[in-house]
Amino acid sequence: MNVIDSLVSPLTYSFFDRGLIVATISGALLGLIGVYITLRGMSYIGHGLSHAVFGGFAAAQLFAAQFYVIGAGLWGVASALAINSVSRRQRIGADAAIGVITTGSFALGVALLSKFGARGPSFDSALFGSILGISTFQIWGLIAVGILTVLMIVFRYRALMFTTFDPDVADASGVNVSRTDAMLMIVLSLTILATLTVIGVTLVAAMLVIPAVVARMITSSFSKMLIWSAGIGSLCGFVGMYLSYYAGVPSGTMIVLTGSAVFALALVVRSVRTAINRRRNKAAALSQAGQTSPAVSGKKMPVAF
Amino acid sequence: MTGTGVGRVILEVSNASAGYDEALVLKDVNFHVHEDQFTGIVGPSGAGKTTLLRLLLGVVQPRAGTLTREADLRVAYVPQLETVNWDFPVTVEECVLMARTDQRRLPWASAQEKKQVAKVLERLGIGDLASRHIRALSGGQQQRMFIARALLREPNLLLLDEPTSGVDVNTRHDMLHLLSDLHDDGISIVLTTHDLNGMAAHLPHLMCVNQTIVAEGTPAEVITPDVLENTFGARLEVLQHLGMPIVIDEYVSGDLGAVTR
Repeated sequence: MNVIDSLVSPLTYSFFDRGLIVATISGALLGLIGVYITLRGMSYIGHGLSHAVFGGFAAAQLFAAQFYVIGAGLWGVASALAINSVSRRQRIGADAAIGVITTGSFALGVALLSKFGARGPSFDSALFGSILGISTFQIWGLIAVGILTVLMIVFRYRALMFTTFDPDVADASGVNVSRTDAMLMIVLSLTILATLTVIGVTLVAAMLVIPAVVARMITSSFSKMLIWSAGIGSLCGFVGMYLSYYAGVPSGTMIVLTGSAVFALALVVRSVRTAINRRRNKAAALSQAGQTSPAVSGKKMPVAF
Repeated sequence: MTGTGVGRVILEVSNASAGYDEALVLKDVNFHVHEDQFTGIVGPSGAGKTTLLRLLLGVVQPRAGTLTREADLRVAYVPQLETVNWDFPVTVEECVLMARTDQRRLPWASAQEKKQVAKVLERLGIGDLASRHIRALSGGQQQRMFIARALLREPNLLLLDEPTSGVDVNTRHDMLHLLSDLHDDGISIVLTTHDLNGMAAHLPHLMCVNQTIVAEGTPAEVITPDVLENTFGARLEVLQHLGMPIVIDEYVSGDLGAVTR
């Protein structure tokens, strides 16, 4: 089977088409939000929030099987705002508080699903992602969250950048820091919820971090970092879906493994480039020293008494 | 040089206490900022200098007492370089443009904003560095970049946290002359510092802080062994040189045999 066949043949299955669309958009979305999460040092919050959303996902299924996404969304937004409030106000014990809120919510989700079973997506697919059973509603939901995220980034670009770089000065410069933080946390929780089906609760945090970290290695410009991160995220989603199909393992797992491979590659390229630059600079310095050295140039150094 | 605080009061702190979580860092602070203020806040580490600056800035709220600002007061802040995330992916121009966050929603700069940024960077002598990453600047240039960001807000009160920390003697000298020029242009300036002697030579007004305001006045009034002992908890020798007080470090003065305890 040639490369074209390998790319085209899975597309004959409608579940794969849907999965591919969702994974590619999810990767881009997580890449975009991930820039803010990593630069704010909030990777742990992203990890915790994905676990908190799982609690809402399980609880909402019990009460409204068809509308579990809405229930889980409300739970996620509430958790996000609680975490945001704790992380800004409480200087001591913020990590502990986040740990309690999120792991408590996750444990509740596991308990509810174990006791009553899943009425929507299965336990495993929620944890590790699955391309089976993606509904049109979920695709449109993901597109809606994507549009919301892009609008937020375009129209609150400066406020988000300033509050990420220097929240105190942003506050004193007339930027509403609390509202900007809350908005970011709400969009983060909606993103996690929308991408949960394909990537899975336990692996979402990795896709929030990896594309952004790789993008930071590539560029030192904030706007370019956003573009690179979204591109790398969507590429990982796209490639990861094919690898998942051929390897027969959960989609989230292969998407994250693809991201990890991209990260490792970027690290190697950067290390090699740094070593080459260092050697080149050293050679240039030696050559310059040789040119100015009296022993090499044969000129006498002026001596002053 | 004026700046000892005789003009109109633009900001007033009355009987204010402030702190973080359970800890109270400042107690019963009374302070007037005048329109021609040029003041250096000195004190030991942990004395509450930065907290006082943040109180004036409005990001720390008083637990007790009041803080009253003039209605149209525009305050700008220059942070301590050690507190900045230098790995953050922004260029000098992007960083300076942050000052205009509340005035424009779109990500890209307008033609007018670009002109204004170029003008303020040029004035501060870093006009050719606009496209550089913030880490690729020297300490003095980084300080000037944040002053440029502050000036873009067209402030009438400029607050600086340790602007002379971590820079060499020449850069410190240039920085204090730049601040003096800005003060002459009509901007009130309040800064924190550890550098007693540098401040005595350049600033008309000093304030000694240790949890509260211990003393304030001209360098000649404030830099005395008694005030310094009350502020720093140690007896420091003060010499007079060309009419300016010079604080002798205990270790050095011990070598000279001139320390008075």
